[in-house]
Amino acid sequence: MASAFEYAPAPESRSVVDIAPSYGLFIDGEFTEAADGKVFKTVSPSTEEVLSEVAQAGAADVDRAVKAARKAFEKWSALPGSERAKYLFRIARIIQERSRELAVLETLDNGKPIRETRDADLPLVAAHFFYYAGWADKLDHAGYGANPRPLGVAGQVIPWNFPLLMLAWKIAPALATGNTVVLKPAETTPLSALFFADICRQAGLPKGVVNILPGYGDAGAALVAHEDVNKVAFTGSTAVGKAIARQVAGTDKRVTLELGGKGANIVFDDAPIDQAVEGIVTGIFFNQGQVCCAGSRLLVQESVQDELLDSLKRRLSTLRLGDPLDKNTDIGAINSAEQLARITALAETGEAEGAERWSAPCDLPSSGYWFAPTLFTNVTQAHTIARDEIFGPVLSVLSFRTPDEAVAKANNSQYGLSAGIWTEKGSRILAVANKLRAGVVWANTFNKFDPTSPFGGYKESGFGREGGRHGLEAYLDVR
Amino acid sequence: MPTTAPAFSDATASDSALRRFLHGLPGVDAVGLEARAASLGTRSIKTTAKAYAIDLAISMIDLTTLEGADTPGKVRALAAKAVHPDPTDRTTPRTAAVCVYPDMAATAVAALAGSGVKVASVATAFPAGRAALDVKLADVRDAVAAGADEIDMVIDRGAFLSGRYLKVYEEILAVKAECARADGPDARLKVIFETGELSTYDNIRRASWLGMLAGADFIKTSTGKVATNATPANTLLMLEAVRDFRAQTGVQIGVKPAGGIRTSKDAVKFLVLVNETAGEDWLDNHWFRFGASSLLNDLLMQRQKLSTGRYSGPDYVTVD
Repeated sequence: MASAFEYAPAPESRSVVDIAPSYGLFIDGEFTEAADGKVFKTVSPSTEEVLSEVAQAGAADVDRAVKAARKAFEKWSALPGSERAKYLFRIARIIQERSRELAVLETLDNGKPIRETRDADLPLVAAHFFYYAGWADKLDHAGYGANPRPLGVAGQVIPWNFPLLMLAWKIAPALATGNTVVLKPAETTPLSALFFADICRQAGLPKGVVNILPGYGDAGAALVAHEDVNKVAFTGSTAVGKAIARQVAGTDKRVTLELGGKGANIVFDDAPIDQAVEGIVTGIFFNQGQVCCAGSRLLVQESVQDELLDSLKRRLSTLRLGDPLDKNTDIGAINSAEQLARITALAETGEAEGAERWSAPCDLPSSGYWFAPTLFTNVTQAHTIARDEIFGPVLSVLSFRTPDEAVAKANNSQYGLSAGIWTEKGSRILAVANKLRAGVVWANTFNKFDPTSPFGGYKESGFGREGGRHGLEAYLDVR
Repeated sequence: MPTTAPAFSDATASDSALRRFLHGLPGVDAVGLEARAASLGTRSIKTTAKAYAIDLAISMIDLTTLEGADTPGKVRALAAKAVHPDPTDRTTPRTAAVCVYPDMAATAVAALAGSGVKVASVATAFPAGRAALDVKLADVRDAVAAGADEIDMVIDRGAFLSGRYLKVYEEILAVKAECARADGPDARLKVIFETGELSTYDNIRRASWLGMLAGADFIKTSTGKVATNATPANTLLMLEAVRDFRAQTGVQIGVKPAGGIRTSKDAVKFLVLVNETAGEDWLDNHWFRFGASSLLNDLLMQRQKLSTGRYSGPDYVTVD
C-alpha cells in the first residue's frame, strides 16, 4: 500500500549470528555425526536459502543419547537444588547476553518477524530459565511434600513454531527438578536448539545432562519408545500426540502432551472495541497464526459484528508482511512448504463450503512460503474451518446472540486450549470464564505468556501443565 | 452558529441525551491501549523515512511561548525562528504556527505577516479556564480581533468531571461562534481537554467526541502546564476518535498533542501513530500539530545530522 510515509527498509543485521555450514548431534557434551552419517538441510522459509546442513538422528543415536542422559542423571539429581539453580541462572544470563544473535537466528530458521523474536520469544526464553532456576532449591515447598524426587531421563519432542521457547518450556523445569533430558527439535527448525547446546557448554553444564538430537519423526518415535526414558513430553499435533499416548500405554512412562487448539476469542457488545481488534490481531496473526493457543475462532456478538469487522479489516490492511529481518515487519513467512500447503488447502475448503474469504491487500514475496492474513465470514459451527486447526494466519468469524450461546459455541470443539473474553463488564468475565472448558482464558487480552502461569489443555488439546508451580509436577515422582 | 454533525443531532438535545451518548461510547482498555501505543513505538524509522518524518514534524510545530515573562521581543524572536528555523539551511520547512497568549497575538501577526506561518492564540482563561463565560469569550474576541488564525481554548474540566457535559458543549459552541469573522476566514478552533486532569482514557474518549460534536476543528491533549501532558497512548486514543468521527460523518478533524514531546525520536513515534491509526490524510499540518518549543531544535540537529553525517550540537541551532 503506497503511503506518503513509506518506512525505509530497517533490517536487523544478519552478521550478528555466525551459522556454521554443518552441525552435529549434541550427545554427552560433544557434537558428533549421526551413526549412519545421515544429514538434512534446514532452509530459511522466507527465502528458501539453505542455512546449514544438520546431522539427522536415528534410533542408534537416540540410544546413545539416552545412555548419556542416564549416566549423567545420577550426579545431576544428587546435586543440591541450589547448585542446579546456579547452572540455570547462568544459562538464563547467557541467553540474555546472546539474545540478539539468537533472535536473528530464530527469525532466519523459522521465518517469524524479528520484532517477535526480539520482543517476545527471547525475553520469554530467558524468563523461563530464570523462573525455574528459582524453584530448584525450593522444591520442598512446592506442595509435593519433602524432597520430591525427579523422574529420570526425559525424552522431549518439540515443534517448530517457537523452537527456542518450547525448548525452554521443556528443559528448564526438567533440569530444575533434577532430571536429565534428550530433546528432539523439529526438522524445519533445528538451529536454535543447537545454539542452545553451545550455551550449555558455555555454562559448564555437566556432560549428558542435556542432549540435542535434530531429526525427523522417526527419531522422535524412537525417543518416545526408548525403554530407558522415564518421562515423555511432547508439544505438537494432536495426531502425533495420540500416537504417542498409544505408544506409552502400558509402560510406566509419565507423559504430558500439549497439542492442537481452536481457541475461541469472544467479543461481547460492551467490549473495548479498539483494543479487542488489537487482541484479535494478536490472537490469530501473532507468529503467522502458527500458535497452538491461537484465537482462530472469532465469536462476535451480532449487535457489534459489522462495526467490529469493519475495524478489523481496516486494521489488517495496515499489517506489514515481508522480510522477517526487517524491524517493521508484522507478518513473516510460513514455516515450511508443507505447512503452507496445509493452510492453503484448508482455506480452499472454507471457500468450497461457502464461507466468504477476505484477505488483507498485500504483495507476497516471490520466493519463500507466504500466506496473506485472511479472514472468513459467514462461518458456522458446521464448517471445517470452524472445527479443524489451521495453524496459519486464517481467522474464522462466527457470531452469537447471548452469553450462553457464546459459551456453548466456544466449548463446542474437540479442543480446549485457550479462549479470550472481551467485555468491559467484570462480572461477565468471571461468569463466562468459569464456564469455558479451556486451559487458558484471557480477559481483554490474548496470547499473553508468563513463566509463572500454568499452560495446558482440555480434551484433545492434551494433558499436563507447563509453566508455574504446576509445571514442576510433570517432572517429579509425585503420582 | 455552527451546527452539530447531523448524524448526532439527537445526542446534544439535552444534558441527559448527551450523557447517554458519551457513556455509550465503547470503553477503553488501558492496558491494551498503552500496549498498542508502545508497540507502534518500536517502528524503526530510518534514512529516507526519517528525513521525511523530520521535515513533516518541523512543519507541524506550533512553536509555543506561554510564559508570564513573554515580551514582544521574545515573540518576535520566536516568529523569526518559525519562518527560518535553521538559518544555515533555507530548505528547512517553516513551522505551522506560533502560539502565544492573546495580548501577544497582534505582535505575532505583525511579525509573521506574509510568511504563511499561522498565529495561534490560547484563550478562555488559559490554562485553568476558571473564569466566567463572558470573560472567556472576551479573551477569545481579543485574540480574533488581533488577527489570530487559530484559537486554542480549554474546556471546563470541573464541569466535565462533575458530569455537566452540556455546559462544556455549549461553552465550546459559544467560543466557536466568537471565532467567526465577517471579513475573512474564521479562526480555527482547537479544543484542549487537559487530559492529565481528565485522568481516565474513558474520559478522554468522551471529551474527544464532545469536542468534535461541538464543532472543534482540532482536539488537543493538554496545556503543557500540568504534570501529565501528551502521551503516545492519549494521542493514539484521540486519533482513533477523529478517525471514527470522519468515518461516521465525513468531517475531518485535526489532532494536536502538546507538552512533553521534546525529542525527534518522540516526534517520529507520534507520526507513526498518525500514519497507522488515522492514516495518511492526517499527515499534513492542516490536520496534525505538535504543541512544543524545545522539540524544534532537536529536530533541526537531527536534520543537520542527516544532511552532513555528523551531529553539530546545540551551539549550531538558535536559542530563542
